[in-house]
Amino acid sequence: MSAVTIIYACLFYAATAMLVVGLAVKIAGYARTPAPLTIPTTPAPRTGAGVALRMAREVALFESLFRANKWIWLFGWLFHAALALVLFRHLRYFTEPVWAAVAIAQPFGVYAGFAMLAGLAGLWARRFLVERIRYISTYSDHLMLALLVLIAVSGLMMKYVSHTDIVAVKAFMLGLMRLDWQPLPADGPLLVHLFMVAALMAVFPASKLLHAPGIFFSPTRNQADDSREQRRLAPWAAELEQK
Amino acid sequence: MGAADFQTPALKEYPVIPILAQDAMAGSKPYVASEKMNEALGFPGKLVEGWREIAIAKMGELRGRYRSLRVFLDACVHCGACTDKCHYFLGTGDPKNMPVARQELLRKVYRRYFTFAGKYFPKLVGAEDLTEQVLEDWYRYFNQCSECRRCSVYCPYGIDTAELTMAAKEIMDSVGMGQKYTNEIIGKVHKIGNNLGLPGPALEDTLQTLEEEIKEDTGVDVRMPVDEAGAEVLLVTPSADFFAEPHVFSLIGYAKVFHAAGIRWTMSSHASEAGNFGLFIGNYEQMRKIAQRVREAALELGVKRIVVGECGHAWRVAYSFWNTLIGPFDFLDPRYPVPQHICELTGDLIQRGAIRLDKEANDARVVTFHDSCNVARGAGMGGIPRGQFIIPRRVVQAACNHFHDMAPEAIHENTYCCGGGGGLLTDELTELRVKGALPRMEALKAVVDEHGVNFMATICAICKAQFSKVLPYYKFDMGMIGGVHQLVGDAIRLGRND
Repeated sequence: MSAVTIIYACLFYAATAMLVVGLAVKIAGYARTPAPLTIPTTPAPRTGAGVALRMAREVALFESLFRANKWIWLFGWLFHAALALVLFRHLRYFTEPVWAAVAIAQPFGVYAGFAMLAGLAGLWARRFLVERIRYISTYSDHLMLALLVLIAVSGLMMKYVSHTDIVAVKAFMLGLMRLDWQPLPADGPLLVHLFMVAALMAVFPASKLLHAPGIFFSPTRNQADDSREQRRLAPWAAELEQK
Repeated sequence: MGAADFQTPALKEYPVIPILAQDAMAGSKPYVASEKMNEALGFPGKLVEGWREIAIAKMGELRGRYRSLRVFLDACVHCGACTDKCHYFLGTGDPKNMPVARQELLRKVYRRYFTFAGKYFPKLVGAEDLTEQVLEDWYRYFNQCSECRRCSVYCPYGIDTAELTMAAKEIMDSVGMGQKYTNEIIGKVHKIGNNLGLPGPALEDTLQTLEEEIKEDTGVDVRMPVDEAGAEVLLVTPSADFFAEPHVFSLIGYAKVFHAAGIRWTMSSHASEAGNFGLFIGNYEQMRKIAQRVREAALELGVKRIVVGECGHAWRVAYSFWNTLIGPFDFLDPRYPVPQHICELTGDLIQRGAIRLDKEANDARVVTFHDSCNVARGAGMGGIPRGQFIIPRRVVQAACNHFHDMAPEAIHENTYCCGGGGGLLTDELTELRVKGALPRMEALKAVVDEHGVNFMATICAICKAQFSKVLPYYKFDMGMIGGVHQLVGDAIRLGRND
């Protein structure tokens, strides 16, 4: 067992733990905090089904962003849709046998890597070129983009520049999941790729990536316009009624 | 207030996103509330010792109270979708009036004290200590947000700056940095029952004069009852309706509608205010205490229905919050929505033919409709999708022959705030109010030029007061602004209904 294998195995266990525990704590916090007043941004759907549909459009199509700004929407949606496809494609490294749907997505997933880069490039360019967005950008905004670009570039390098033994990578990943460690090939792009992915997982619950779970808990989007029919009494607000 | 020491922005053909003008509005600051005003609401009188710790603790408490705040503090990715959506930014160019930048004023402090990254890598993530300078920035720039929620329409996560502004104001109130205009008015409501501090006898007097005026105008005895037990409807309306122009014309309109429809109604001297300024400071207890007067009045007078007059913030609190704050309303007639908007009531009567309007009475008017932000984005109407846009327009169009909507990007949920909402309707903020009205003025100018519009109807007391003040800055006649029920009142048939 090489040092690289041991280091990366530990790295992935740690990153996974941080991701899962961190997100669980955050999500529990969102879920436990009451929403004492009805504040959907109206016009809003009047039923639960309508809310689910609004949320689905928001998550899948970025409806509000589309209304706000076509450029941000274009780059943002391109990046996220491509990322989703890429992630889906990557399931082949974690499943044996590979699911049929994942096998079908495989060829598209590779091109999605380029689409992802294009989206990231557009978003990053806006942080420099648009005065308003330059004003609101922090170092961490740039670092997050750098991290994602590095992940995409190192991933594409393994496909187009210096091939990695992906069979061994898969064995390593399956080994991690089965607690039966297998050696990891010590290729530069692969090590960069995996390290950056682990970093992304680790910072997820402590960064703006919380927009992913956050949207589902956003009261302006997940509440129905039913305030005249439905009381929403938070526990702390109910205490006021006792007085 | 002397002559204007600022330049009224020029109206452009089409909206242009301004170039950033750093600190352009850093001098804009409302008066701080006096010790007496703050203490009357249970807040510390002036900036307390140890305010930093108290403010941070309050932030933590509010984060545990409101899911909106908790999620919105975490979820922003600085995408920039909101940056050109705030009327105050469009009118002033001050970057801190971009919604995300305004939010960051609060968020950078949140990060510093509540997040791992902000505690250990503050520079990296843009976290900052809560200093006097930051508190000063909060006071200035959270008093440059009218809580109109326009940004929340466009945010991909639905982040509503109004929620953060309210939290910031609540934190500032908790350390003694209350704002004079809002807190003074809340004090008056608690003490007397309305924002103007108009006591019961004065109210009765005013209404009697109005009755006489209507009689003179029309020859009909249209009543304006107060505290009449056993009436069917309790009308709660903004107190500006009692004497300010053009508000009072709408009050006359409501009275004529009730008269023509034969509905027994009353106002209440105990709850003589629909506006709920507790909303502005985001304080649940204050908001509840103000609203409680309405419940008490309804129970005492034994009414069957509660109807709310033309008031935007009032309608948001009534429609969206009353049921939770002061419900359940099981003592009212379940056949009617609780509460009911005056436009719902009038619209329904028109549709049923229970009242008749002569549109010709308004033929001299070419009308447009300004959607008030809190009605458009914070409430609904009629129990139908987009009812808050459809129903007031239906009433307006039943009362006049010439109606033209403004551009789609300036109406409905995209509507621009008048520039005076959320507790900013005070003279020391005149520059902000004039500049914040710019996007609305541009949209108005387009229909004035194209269709000869000479009347902008709206259903909000703050919009009416704000436009009366700022229209002249843009070379419009201040008489252009008026209420929907002003049109109704001028067109309604009072005598026989055939």
